[in-house]
Formats: sequence, C-alpha cells, structure tokens
Amino acid sequence: MTNQWLIMPVAIPAMTAALLVLAMRYSLAGQRIVSVAATALQFAVAIGLYILASGGEPQVYHLGNWPAPFGIVLVLDRLASIMLLLAGLLAIGVVLAALGEWDKRGRHFHALFQFQMLGLNGAFLTGDLFNLFVFFEVLLIASYGLMLHGGGPQRLKAGFHYIAINLIGSTVFLFAVGTIYAVTGTLNMADLAVKVPQIAAPNQALLATGAVLLLTVFAIKSAAVPLHWWLPPTYGSTSPPAAALFAIMTKVGAYSIIRVYTLIFGADAGPLAGVATPWLLPAGIVTLVLGTVGVIASRSLLDLVCHSLIASMGTLLIAIGLASAAGFAAALYYALQSTIASAALFLLAGLLTQGREGRSRVERVPQQAMLFAGFYFLLAIAVVGMPPLAGFIGKLLILDAGRAAFHTTAVWPAILITSLFMIAGFARTGMQIFWNSPRDAKLTHAAPMLPTLVIAAMIITVAALSVFAGPVMDDMTATAEQLLTPQRYIAAVLRPRIAANLPGE
Amino acid sequence: MSMEFLLATAIGALTAVGLYLILQRRTFPVVIGLSFLSYAVNAFLFAMGRLTINLPPIVHTEAEGYTDPLPQALVLTAIVITFGMTALIVVLSLRSFLETGADDVTLSTQPDEVATAAHPRREQQ
Repeated sequence: MTNQWLIMPVAIPAMTAALLVLAMRYSLAGQRIVSVAATALQFAVAIGLYILASGGEPQVYHLGNWPAPFGIVLVLDRLASIMLLLAGLLAIGVVLAALGEWDKRGRHFHALFQFQMLGLNGAFLTGDLFNLFVFFEVLLIASYGLMLHGGGPQRLKAGFHYIAINLIGSTVFLFAVGTIYAVTGTLNMADLAVKVPQIAAPNQALLATGAVLLLTVFAIKSAAVPLHWWLPPTYGSTSPPAAALFAIMTKVGAYSIIRVYTLIFGADAGPLAGVATPWLLPAGIVTLVLGTVGVIASRSLLDLVCHSLIASMGTLLIAIGLASAAGFAAALYYALQSTIASAALFLLAGLLTQGREGRSRVERVPQQAMLFAGFYFLLAIAVVGMPPLAGFIGKLLILDAGRAAFHTTAVWPAILITSLFMIAGFARTGMQIFWNSPRDAKLTHAAPMLPTLVIAAMIITVAALSVFAGPVMDDMTATAEQLLTPQRYIAAVLRPRIAANLPGE
Repeated sequence: MSMEFLLATAIGALTAVGLYLILQRRTFPVVIGLSFLSYAVNAFLFAMGRLTINLPPIVHTEAEGYTDPLPQALVLTAIVITFGMTALIVVLSLRSFLETGADDVTLSTQPDEVATAAHPRREQQ
C-alpha cells in the first residue's frame, strides 16, 4: 500500500494556487487566509514526512501506480524530508512577513508563492531526472512572477537577465537529459544508478558529457562561480519576501548536485564514479573568495546580503566537494542555518532599505533602532560564522571534514581568511547604516510588526540549531550515510516492479 | 548516414546561431536566440531515441521494430514549456522597453547614449 502522504507536498500547493487564482482573485483577505493555512498545512505534512523518513527506509510513491522505471516516482528519503522541512519552515516565515504591505504591491503574490512551493517540494521529492526538469521549470516560472512582483524598471531589467540565464540553463538541462537518455535508455534516477556502471566503454565519454552538462545546470542554480553573475542584480532588485524565499532556490541547486552525484554518479558508478568531484571543490573555493570580494566591495546592505549568499554557497559547495560522509553532513547542517539566516537578512534589508537616490539605495533605520541593530549584529554573526551561532558550528564541521592532508592546504585558508574579510565587510556596512546615517533621515518610520517578528523567529531558529547542534548533527550524519549507501534507495524504487508482475495482487 | 549528418549539422547550426544571438546587446536578438536554442534542443531530444524510419512507436509483434516514443513525449513537454517561457520573456521585454524607453540588456535604468543614438526616432515621441 503506497503512502498517500508523499504526494501531499505537491498536491496541497497545486490545489491552493489554482483556488487562489480562480476563486479568490479579488479578495486579498481570503487569499491571505487560504495561503497561510495551506503553508501551515504543508509544514505540518513536512514534519510528518520527516518523522516517516527518519525510520531510515526510503518511501516510494508511484504516480498513477505505474511500475518504477516506466512511470514517474516520488521518493522520500532522509535528504528529501530535511529539504521539505526547511522549505516548509522558510515558507511560513516568508508568507507571514509578506502579509500587510508587500503582498499588496502587485496581484497574485500568494498564488505565485504557492506555485513556487509546488516546484520546490516537487524538486525535492522526485525520483526522475526529466521530472526534476519539469519541477525546476515550475519553480522558475513562479519565481519569475515573484521576482517581478511589484514591477518597476530596475526589476524589469534584472528580471530579463534572470529569465534569460535560466532559459539557457533549461536548454542545457534538456541537452544533458537527452545525452543521458540516449546512452542509458532511462531517466529514472534509481534505474540510472543501476545502468550507469554497465555502460559500454565507447559510450562512457558521451555519458560523462551529459553528467558534466548537468553539473553546469546545477551550478547555474546554485550560483557557483563563474555562473553567479545573475544573482546579485536579481535578488537585489526583487521584493524582500521574494528574495527571502529565493534563499532556498540556490539550495535546490546544491540539493540536486548532492542527489545526482551520490545516487547516479556515486561511488558505485564504475568508471564514471565521482565525475563531478574534481570540479566542485575548486568551484566552491573560487565562489567563496569572489563572494567575499563582493561583500567587501558592496555599497548597500542588499548587495552585501546577495554577495554573502554567494559566499555561503561557496562554503556549501566546498563541503559537498569533499565527497565524504562528514562533508555531506556538515554541508546539510550549514545549508539549514545559512538558508534561514540569509532569508532573515533579506527581510531585514527590506525593512531597512526604504528609499532610493538615483541608482544607489538608501538605508533608513526605523524607530526601533536598538532592536534592528541587534538583529543585524546577530545575523551578521550567523552568516559570517562566528561563535556562538550555528554558522560557526557549520564552518567548524566543514573544516573538521576537510582535515585530509590535501584538502587542508586548500580549504582551511580559504574558509578562515574569507571569514575574516566577511567580518570586515559586515562591520563596515553595519557602521554605515546604524552609526553614520544622516540625522534627519533617522527614526522617522515605524517598522511593520509582522516582518519584525518573523526575523526574530528566524534568529531564534538559528539559535536553536546551535543549541541542539548535537541531535541535529546525529540526524545529518545518518542522512549522509544513507546518501553514500544508495542501495536501499534503488531497491525501494525498483522492487515493486517485481511485485507488480505477480498475478493476483 | 545522410540523415544523421543533416540532423547533426542542423542542430549544430541552430545552436551556433542561438548562442551568437544571445550574446547581443538588445533584447530582441536575445529572445530570438533563445528560440533558436530551444529549436536546437528539441531536435536534439527528438534524435536521442535514435533515428528510424517507418516504424511504429509501440512494441508490436508484426512490426520489424519500434521507434522510442518517450523522446517524442519529452519533446512535447519541452515545446510547451519553451513556448510559455518565450511568451513571458517577449512580454517582459516589451514592458521593459515601454517603461525604460530602451531595449538594452544592460542593467542601467536610464536609456544611455548608445541606445538613444541607435534609435533617434525615440526623441520625437
């Protein structure tokens, strides 16, 4: 008996979005109630699925009850459940923060938001490469709408870049999928994991081409250097709640890298084992360094946050590039805290950035200056990776995972030195905003209540991740071990094929 | 042999044209370039199930073989998605042209001198 709850993270936002567009077009109050309720429901389902997945056995949902390599499957393992939980948690924060002011600036914010959740949840759950492409498109289409929400020339210009680069990314994704299918004859990830080691020698180069093309696509999504240029203008010019939600979009790229290059091109893939590993570590280091340069060079808080997000993606890619159980566990822990902290920083930047003079943004401190300075201080600590918050623990774990002789010489200086420069960048921007603001521009407006509370809740979540780092890391280690032994995943997906052939079932 | 050569050349040419146009400065060539790229990938996807002639897309005992039907389904999906995306980016380029008065891809919001020089008629509007 298939567990029907697996389809819920996809079905709930799909139904909600349709309802919001068709039935509640003109009622903002109704949209808000339904959207918040649906988001809360998704979070509750994500918690339930997380408990289900922590049993250790991957759960499989066969769409339309088609047997595995022919139909599309959704697979819930530990990694998928953690990402679902993160997406659900972030979504609640973002949808609450958007209530009040930001969702009024254009139409259909909540419908687009739910479509975005549909794409995110689907991408985390799917066990089929082409279906991953489709869910990528769903979340991208929704993100185009969210990114442009509210309009304005700057946003339109940046939006054109964002859409163009992602259309190119989608094309490359299709080329990669086509190449992989041409060689293996399947697109089911578990089936691919079985077929890839058996590929004949003449076709291996073609398959490797497909694998690296796929890595390029995921690198665009995760803003790895040199494919990161789209991120600062896009995130910097969109509305704060959209940017906060987009903090998880780069993690979708990282998630896809982890999924594809542990399951399909993992240690068991024969000649193609670890085809991505030589690229990830250098790309991660360069991304971290260039992100930090961006942090130092940025002239406004939003630019700073965008570049710190790139730097955190660099750290994350370094951890993934270590390709060890400790590295994956550290990467997941770091991804959790970095997503929440970055999202909170985007919301904070939105509250502080109230005006614009020419092309440069002007930060204005609200009346509760002490509170916001405290928020900024705590979030800077979290993002830079200073004790006592979770960013520090995450970086420490990554350093610890990179203790192998070769990695130490490259990874340790990169992470430690960039941390120092990021402290300088954050400190300088903080001083400019909170100490050097012109007096007349200060303390004129009150910050809206709900986003302030959401930022506080996100900081508390990051703090909780630091306090409960032990239990969380136990879970991440179990997840990493499950990733590195994909046999159970493969068996869970492909076994029902044998059962389906039996008569009288 | 000839069919494979023709198809491969066509895909290569479409990709090259698409890449060249994407690197242009104005939005219109970029949009056209994206369309060219999507044509290239559609033809590529179609060919990934191998090129065969006069075979049914289904396993049948009386037929000599079969054509892989899956790539055709994938191409349909890809066409639909690309169509929607192209419509979106066309509307976006139009909006951005109407709001900023330039169809430059650059990120400055003001129509700069190059754009004005290339479209002297805009001065009269």
